[in-house]
Amino acid sequence: MKTIKVTIDGIETEAEDRTPILNIAQKLGIKIPTLCHHPLLEPYGVCRICTVEVRSGRRIRMVTACNYPATNGIEVLTNSGRVRRDRRLILEWMMARCGHVKVIEDLAAEYGITEPRFGRGDDDCILCGLCVRVCQDVVGANVLGFFNRGATREVSTAYGETSDKCIACGSCAYVCPTGAIKIENDEALVRAALPLGPLTPIHVPFLQAVPHQPVIDRESCIYFKTGGCKVCEKVCEVKAVDHAQQSQVEDIEVGAVILSTGFKQFDAEKIPEYGYGKFPNVLSGVEFEKMNSASGPTGGQIQMANGQPPKSVGIIHCVGSRDERNNKYCSRVCCMYALKFAHLIKEKTGADVYNFYIDMRCFGKGYEEFYHRLLEEEVRFIRGRAAAITDFPFNETEVGKLIVRVEDTLIGQVRRIPVDMVILATGLEPAADATDIAHTFNISCGNGFFTERHPKLAPVSTATDGIFIAGTCQGPKDIPDTVAQAGAAASAVQSLISRGEIEVESATSIVDAEKCSGCRICNTLCSLTAISFDEEKKVTVINDVLCKGCGTCAAACPSSAILARHFTDEQLFSEIEGVLYDVRA
Amino acid sequence: MTFEPKIVGILCNWCSYTGADLAGTSRIKYAPNVRVVRVMCSGRVDPTFILKAFADGADGVLVAGCHPGDCHYIEGNYKTIRRMALLKRLLADYGIEPERFRLEWVSAGEGDRWAQVVNKITEDVRKLGPTKIKPAAKKKSSAA
Repeated sequence: MKTIKVTIDGIETEAEDRTPILNIAQKLGIKIPTLCHHPLLEPYGVCRICTVEVRSGRRIRMVTACNYPATNGIEVLTNSGRVRRDRRLILEWMMARCGHVKVIEDLAAEYGITEPRFGRGDDDCILCGLCVRVCQDVVGANVLGFFNRGATREVSTAYGETSDKCIACGSCAYVCPTGAIKIENDEALVRAALPLGPLTPIHVPFLQAVPHQPVIDRESCIYFKTGGCKVCEKVCEVKAVDHAQQSQVEDIEVGAVILSTGFKQFDAEKIPEYGYGKFPNVLSGVEFEKMNSASGPTGGQIQMANGQPPKSVGIIHCVGSRDERNNKYCSRVCCMYALKFAHLIKEKTGADVYNFYIDMRCFGKGYEEFYHRLLEEEVRFIRGRAAAITDFPFNETEVGKLIVRVEDTLIGQVRRIPVDMVILATGLEPAADATDIAHTFNISCGNGFFTERHPKLAPVSTATDGIFIAGTCQGPKDIPDTVAQAGAAASAVQSLISRGEIEVESATSIVDAEKCSGCRICNTLCSLTAISFDEEKKVTVINDVLCKGCGTCAAACPSSAILARHFTDEQLFSEIEGVLYDVRA
Repeated sequence: MTFEPKIVGILCNWCSYTGADLAGTSRIKYAPNVRVVRVMCSGRVDPTFILKAFADGADGVLVAGCHPGDCHYIEGNYKTIRRMALLKRLLADYGIEPERFRLEWVSAGEGDRWAQVVNKITEDVRKLGPTKIKPAAKKKSSAA
């Protein structure tokens, strides 16, 4: 590419031939006003506000900087008297259409226009076409276009109707310089996005994510909807965005596996009387946690569906735990997270907080003390499982509130507590696919949580060698316990690795080649493929390393040629005789 | 005195034996009538073990293994299902009520289920009364 010399406002610079003047000026830090220009779109040259004076020899021309290709030796003036005069005229024309738009008025003030000569119009669209172009060229939805001509020219959708091609991406409103396009603040949409949904298609899944890298959410990314946009790819200087990336399945050979597949939050809709999903101000534990998070959708503000902070909050404990209809077990963490919520609500909003509990289970280090601290903070504790949440008022104080009906078992009375917001301390359940994972790894799974080899002596091992478990996949537990267990599981694996060798099962089965008739009955029995047939000797052989000693083959051998070591027929017969010693007397 | 049946239980190491262990560590109370023999897998249970137990005077025999699909050795318990179904047909021919024999699935996490299974078979066998098989006389050496 040819390099040319250009002078802008007296500054001499070099640029590539035919670079638009605007780009050169911006590189030099010279400000040229623009309205219809956007770096991601092709120059359009329609608003004319970027008009500059170009001198080439004796010739003087007024051109738009955004799309005028610079040539060698030109001299550009971006703020000469002539430029200012032309821009003033342009602004006055614009104001004849859009007399009350802030960005125009600001520019007018800058150019010394107090009252435009052609009056002030009431429109707020300056017909810059940014929205139309972004919808076509970037998003690819092609919803917006120009209609009519001359004075009646306007931006609209086809026939002015709501288009089903519109994906509600908001790009048009984002680029609009005058605010002529607005997004209606749809409460229901915001609400739907609140619980766990990402705020933008590109996001780091959560603050502590490892690796800490942004991902693209295919559900909401415009590219995956229309094939357009790819703005992120254009702005990323290190070219890290790759829309063609596919998820891949990789086979990795490992010697040990730690399962830490976690839990699933109890679905509070299973308890219809609490009205979760029906009342917008009834939140699950995770939803409140998200709202309360400084990186959450409300920036950590505790607010109701209408955006106001609550004046009173009820927290219902044991939702889905210690419940004959759902899970009988205690989820262990809910009492403490409910107390944490209560404390934070008190601290952030000063609201009255009511805890409806069955028993307070504050067992860890410092936990009971925290409970007492809350008692002193005048958080209210009502002992009794909440019966129902209703929005049906009995009297004026209950109008517009959620009413928690509960039997206060300490005073022996049924009470109705009106509150603004209810948080359900939802319990922990096994992950939905826990049993599938258990089958994959051949470990056992009592009521959905993985079973450890021994509750006291081998709490992170499983019945299968080399498979370890940590965290809530083993049972409900809090973060300190999970971290401790994860450490233990990692050490267990490390000790296997550092030993450098493993002990194989000594209780394997062996074939007595003398007795084996070569009937091959056992050949099909072994699921571990330890049994093969020696075609030459016409006998069955068992691979010592693959055999885990279940003895299924020994039980099937019609000629008793297979010996299940440590569990031989003789040994088991004697054992049976032994357990029946008193009968055989 | 009520009749206390003597039942031989043959349990797989990974599920039922661990489940029975859990019943113990959980301090679950259940009938003391089952005398446990451990095998690595219910697939190891040769039908002759059950016959041997009856021959030696057991009032009932309980074989317990992992739930189908949960076998530690992938599918040992499927072999057991087939063998025990065949054995059950034979028992009547030997003069043993088939109800005296039972195949059950108890996982390592099901301590309470193990207690139920034991209580149930104990009750059922108690109703049937003592076995009609006369136990073989005790031999000096315990050759099978």
